[in-house]
Amino acid sequence: MRLTCPYCGSRGNDEFVYLGSADPVRPSHHDAPAEQWTAYVYERTNPAGAHRELWHHSFGCRSWLIVTRDTRTHEVLKTEPARDAAHTSSEVAVP
Amino acid sequence: MTRTLQPNRLAGGGLIDRERILPFTFDGRSYQGQAGDTLASALLANGVTLVGRSFKYHRPRGILSAGPEEPNALVELRTGARREPNTRATVAELYDGLTATSQNRWPSLAFDMMSVNGLAGPLFSAGFYYKTFMWPASFWEKVYEPLIRRAAGLGRAAREADPDKYDRSHLFCDVLVVGGGTAGLAAALAASRSGARVVLCEQDFLLGGQSLSCNDEIDGKPARSWVQDATRELEAARRVRILTRTTAFGLFDHGVCGAVERVSDHLEAPAPHAVRQRYWKIVARRIVLAAGAIERPIVFPGNDRPGIMMSSAVRSYIERFAVLPGRRAVVFTANDSGYATAQALKRAGAEVAAVVDSRPKSVQRGAAESVDAPIVHGGAVTATRGRLQLRKIEIVDGDGRKREIDADLLAMGGGWDPAVHLTCHLGGKPQWSDEIGAFVPGRLPAEIAVAGAAGGRFTIAGALGDGQRAGNEAARNCGYAANADTVSTVEAASGPANGAPFWHLGHVAKKCFVDFQNDVTAADISLAACEGYRSVEHLKRYTTLGMATDQGKSSGVNGLALLAEATNRTIAETGTTTYRPPFTPVAIGAIAGYERGKEFRPSRYTPTHDWAAERGAVFVEVGQWYRAQWYPRRGEKDWLESVNREATAVRTAVGICDVSTLGKIEVTGPDSGRLLDLVYANAMSGLKVGRVRYGVMLREDGHVFDDGTVARVAPDRFFLTTTTAHAEAVLRHMEFCHQVLAPSFDVSFIDVTDRWAQLAIAGPKSRELLGKLLGSGFDMSSESVPYLSVSKLTIGDVPARLYRISFSGELGYELGIPADFADALVRRLEELGEPLGLTPYGTEAMTVLRVEKGFAASGELNGQTTARDLGLAELMSTKKDYVGRALIGRPAFIDPDRPILVSFAPVDHAAPLSAGSHFLNIGAPASLENDQGYMTSIVYSPTFGHYIGLGFLKRGRERIGSRVRAYDPVRNRDVEVEVGHACRFDPSGGRARA
Amino acid sequence: MQYSLAALLRNALSGNTHWSPAWRDPQPKPSYDTIIIGGGGHGLATAYFLAKEHGITDVAVLEKAYIGSGNVGRNTTIIRSNYLLPGNTPFYEWSLKLWEGLEQDINFNAMVSQRGVLNLFHSDGQRDAFARRGNAMRLNGVDAELLGPNEVRRLHPLLDLDNPRFPVKGGLLQRRGGTVRHDAVAWGYARAADRRGVDIIQNCEVTGLRIESGRIIGVETTRGTIHAKRIGLAVAGNSSRLAAMAGMRLPIESHVLQAFVSEGVKPLIDQVVTFGAAHFYISQSDKGGLVFGGDIDGYNSYAQRGSLPIVEDVMSCALALFPSLGRLRYLRQWGGIMDMSMDGSPIIDRTPIEGLYLNAGWCYGGFKATPASGWCFAHTIATGQPHAFNAAYRLDRFASGHVIDEGGKGAVPNLH
Repeated sequence: MRLTCPYCGSRGNDEFVYLGSADPVRPSHHDAPAEQWTAYVYERTNPAGAHRELWHHSFGCRSWLIVTRDTRTHEVLKTEPARDAAHTSSEVAVP
Repeated sequence: MTRTLQPNRLAGGGLIDRERILPFTFDGRSYQGQAGDTLASALLANGVTLVGRSFKYHRPRGILSAGPEEPNALVELRTGARREPNTRATVAELYDGLTATSQNRWPSLAFDMMSVNGLAGPLFSAGFYYKTFMWPASFWEKVYEPLIRRAAGLGRAAREADPDKYDRSHLFCDVLVVGGGTAGLAAALAASRSGARVVLCEQDFLLGGQSLSCNDEIDGKPARSWVQDATRELEAARRVRILTRTTAFGLFDHGVCGAVERVSDHLEAPAPHAVRQRYWKIVARRIVLAAGAIERPIVFPGNDRPGIMMSSAVRSYIERFAVLPGRRAVVFTANDSGYATAQALKRAGAEVAAVVDSRPKSVQRGAAESVDAPIVHGGAVTATRGRLQLRKIEIVDGDGRKREIDADLLAMGGGWDPAVHLTCHLGGKPQWSDEIGAFVPGRLPAEIAVAGAAGGRFTIAGALGDGQRAGNEAARNCGYAANADTVSTVEAASGPANGAPFWHLGHVAKKCFVDFQNDVTAADISLAACEGYRSVEHLKRYTTLGMATDQGKSSGVNGLALLAEATNRTIAETGTTTYRPPFTPVAIGAIAGYERGKEFRPSRYTPTHDWAAERGAVFVEVGQWYRAQWYPRRGEKDWLESVNREATAVRTAVGICDVSTLGKIEVTGPDSGRLLDLVYANAMSGLKVGRVRYGVMLREDGHVFDDGTVARVAPDRFFLTTTTAHAEAVLRHMEFCHQVLAPSFDVSFIDVTDRWAQLAIAGPKSRELLGKLLGSGFDMSSESVPYLSVSKLTIGDVPARLYRISFSGELGYELGIPADFADALVRRLEELGEPLGLTPYGTEAMTVLRVEKGFAASGELNGQTTARDLGLAELMSTKKDYVGRALIGRPAFIDPDRPILVSFAPVDHAAPLSAGSHFLNIGAPASLENDQGYMTSIVYSPTFGHYIGLGFLKRGRERIGSRVRAYDPVRNRDVEVEVGHACRFDPSGGRARA
Repeated sequence: MQYSLAALLRNALSGNTHWSPAWRDPQPKPSYDTIIIGGGGHGLATAYFLAKEHGITDVAVLEKAYIGSGNVGRNTTIIRSNYLLPGNTPFYEWSLKLWEGLEQDINFNAMVSQRGVLNLFHSDGQRDAFARRGNAMRLNGVDAELLGPNEVRRLHPLLDLDNPRFPVKGGLLQRRGGTVRHDAVAWGYARAADRRGVDIIQNCEVTGLRIESGRIIGVETTRGTIHAKRIGLAVAGNSSRLAAMAGMRLPIESHVLQAFVSEGVKPLIDQVVTFGAAHFYISQSDKGGLVFGGDIDGYNSYAQRGSLPIVEDVMSCALALFPSLGRLRYLRQWGGIMDMSMDGSPIIDRTPIEGLYLNAGWCYGGFKATPASGWCFAHTIATGQPHAFNAAYRLDRFASGHVIDEGGKGAVPNLH
């Protein structure tokens, strides 16, 4: 399998480390309802089809990427840096 | 011309080198072949037709094919450590001194005792083993299975380490062409002429494919000349790489193709420094599959005897190898290509006793007239005779009349199957084509195209045109303008065209083999269908059809046709099994490549490794690292004595230990503190410049992830350490926290694990030693260098950092220095420390010291424990959010029964302890219900004079002072231990703060 | 028809034309008492035990393709009960006990072969971790032996004990572990369930679950609507897709795991051997092929194929253990889709929907669990309550924190 890193170009998947779905959003606070935290940490849609997922270019530029990939065919539909993806809702509040 | 002793070698023709005679042996007998031979062609040249035995019935078998699909002619090639079982004689290139042995027979190939299995054939019907061997239950492992295991298997694998080397390489190209037959050559030419970067893979040692075995013409010259011209042009093209002896074994996602080049298999042994095989990972923007087609056998009684051969193989042996595989032949064909075989046989001087054509006379066109031999229209072969070699054939003609014919060769051809194998590797499903009576490739990813016979276009003209089109299109898709030149102007020459498929005789008779190697017969298929194994996958798995080393290349379609018939379905409705990689079997060593022996994994050495090695250190593998475990001294009787001395030296004088394997991360930027607050359970943003803090980080699920120290070296710069094991994962996690959770933070990370060496210098005299090193200009006092501080300094003109931290519980420091200077530094320290009793210590002594202190390490940070379990509850901040905070309040985490970290000492001080023991209450029976926890780390403590251990015990802290059993049945130990605080040594911590 | 040597002889004499189908091919009825979705090992075993242990025979097993087409037909055939954590040990030991009586129970020879499973270790820390596991097994009455290097050498003369990178220090041996002919498990349970009246319906894909006021009432399939008051999901690999039909999100990701088989050779390796320095396991089938595998590819996938990095890793591991295998050829590689759960352990439980039961999350350890999984799932469905053996495999353990994480890897499925 090959992924195209926005910074480094087309690379073999052995340069990357996979984490999982990019969809769950970290609750904004530790006091958020327990169900939200359980959902964030444990529950996955796991679709057969387009899947937004987090890959880390560990043996490259060390960027976290959000790759949209069809889990039935492995076709890559989109790749973008995670920090560019709209993730403002998950910005954490640090004292 | 050299005279040879090869009775079946033709006087002229062929693509062999008649000047180079290659002696070889088969089953201990000496023969001669020619350069350009395969083992199979050389055996046939010498009149050897009995080559192997089948798997189940041990029936005598000869050579069926001339290619990689061979199911019968499997031999053990070479000897000793280079022995290669199950080698297909049809693709093994002959070399000087080749040694081959037949396999799976006893005592000899001609007289094989196991062939009695054949007599009990009906008993050994498909799946018979699922229905018996069940009584008594204990007999399976003791009696039946050992017998079966001994009888099963084919050849014998080598029992010594493979002495040869393998390589792994990458290739990147615009267009990959798989198959160097006419279609592949045409595709490569077209793509090359467009300017594309081309790789052409051919499994054979010659390019040309089927055209090497025909006497057709292309562009007014023999096909072979056209192949030569095409080859010359491709060889001269700068952007083309031709890989012969290279099998593209698998297609993978996004244009990746795995291929194995047999660099030295045509030699007795690889040349010095050369590899045996090279595994190529080819990354192509476009792929043209031109893998050709495989001829299909016909299923009839006794179709497996030596002397029965594929019709195309007969042509191949005659035209390419100049070998006549029989003197008196019968051709049994379902299409016109059988006539080409008859012609070739005639030209080579054989007698063609009959051409048995399964088609009625009305179907045939001109081909029949071209052959001067009796033709039996609408006929079939109904039986064969000859124990070890075909002698007689019984045929029936279109009117049902039977007769016997003497023959030593039967050439059969039931039609052609496109080699669709690679088209299935990415999920493509072959489609049945009524038009050509075969499966053709199904839907393919955009980057892959099929050309020539692999796509069902069997004529040379079709292959050339198709190849050119595919090559042009592939190049165009890579952005190159198509070249208008045509690669040939050929018009239809004769070629193998499929007639209506012909599978087998109308009734299922005995010993009609479908899968030759696994002895699956037509009757087995009927039986499977009748028992409800009607899915093709059930058929395959129940009968083992297509599961042999040829993976059904010659048997699959016949099997499907028989199943379709038995279940009253069409072949299209029946479907196919899935072809999976590899296309042909691949040596395990080839894929492992250079990742063997010492190079199985990268080796990482600490910056002071050489120094430690000079001092006789015993090293231990810690992940990829090698670390000094202890430093034996002359006269010490065992490792324990060395470790005791080292640990004692740290407690009483000063020791030095390289701790550079710790992960080291430099965190910079104005938001560094905020980011660390998110990552660590305790607060870091408040840490003052020049101070160090122990930190623990959790996973988001609340369990402890890692621990280490965090030093603030400047307002916007932190230096932190991680455990050796988690160095990479921690950095990745921090980058996740930054890039995904807090992308607006202005912070960055640098992995400095290999940049900084870190030396632990510990013991009451460590301050004195460092004072000597740093000189009077550096104030080493506790006021200037307090416990948990970091100082920037220079040693000579080398920048360094001094961390006052202690993993031993003693006054101690860790000295950081650029890795390149560590060797010089440690030697300097050794010199200065000699009068102070400076002692190098290894990981064992380090463990002794930290267990005495109750510090957690990998045994305790096992991913199943919480900060509370580890006694670190008070560290967890309640004032901020951090990764893992939200879930630590779950019921399981606050269960008072959770095992808690405490220490243990044997009640009998002479008793040893062992990590991995489970705790039981005194007097309680050993059972899962009574399990109280487990021991994680044990050491012999020279300080206390007995073993001590750390472990997790249910309600551990409430049980301090009480006794439990440390139960270790796998090592026959059962020791009564007393529970203590995790920290046994200097619980107030005064020594470290001294 | 009872299978026996006598039956074989009798049929051989009559030309093997009188064998009856191993299972019927019935049309689905409009309704059943209980439907099991998924004709794999677990689903078929569940149906068998519903009939045998609970007398519930009005059961249909619905299979979208052919029975055994999922992971029971594409694994490395290993059975063992060498588990560490209390939630796992009794369950897997029960499974091993059921394996030990399987053939006589179902009158089908699945070739349960207890030749032993040997986990190698290469460091003191690993030895201690295996000792902890071995002791946990012994506490549960399971056999476990900690071997030193010389004992390992005697068992496996071809093993590279003095491997220059990761020398073998010893191994944890479970002699009762071994292998089973995997396809035969599906066929054997299918036949045995069929003989007790269960309808096995192939080529019947479930396209929807019918739920009314929080209660399951039936399924939509490619062969029409079928009603049932109890429905069990046993569709590992596709659990999330079926659960989504009931509006549930599971703590599961689907991942591809590759496995490999070599050409058949005369006996080389007697036991199942696992590597301690990397993820790798190998055994030799009765037919002579070496069957081996390693890590999952590590990314979500419903395509039954993997990529080359894992192939390379697996092959180099094979040589690190057995350097003489370099010239042996591998014959076939394949991929199966695994339910990788968030803690590496399975789920056998009720669901929030009344009458709907879940059997899922087997990661790549589901094959060895087949008999006990079926037995426990049948118990849970029949009684509405989990059995003690599967009491820990609750769906709500993620919320409560009672995870069963043998490897201590956390909520990252591809690390388990």
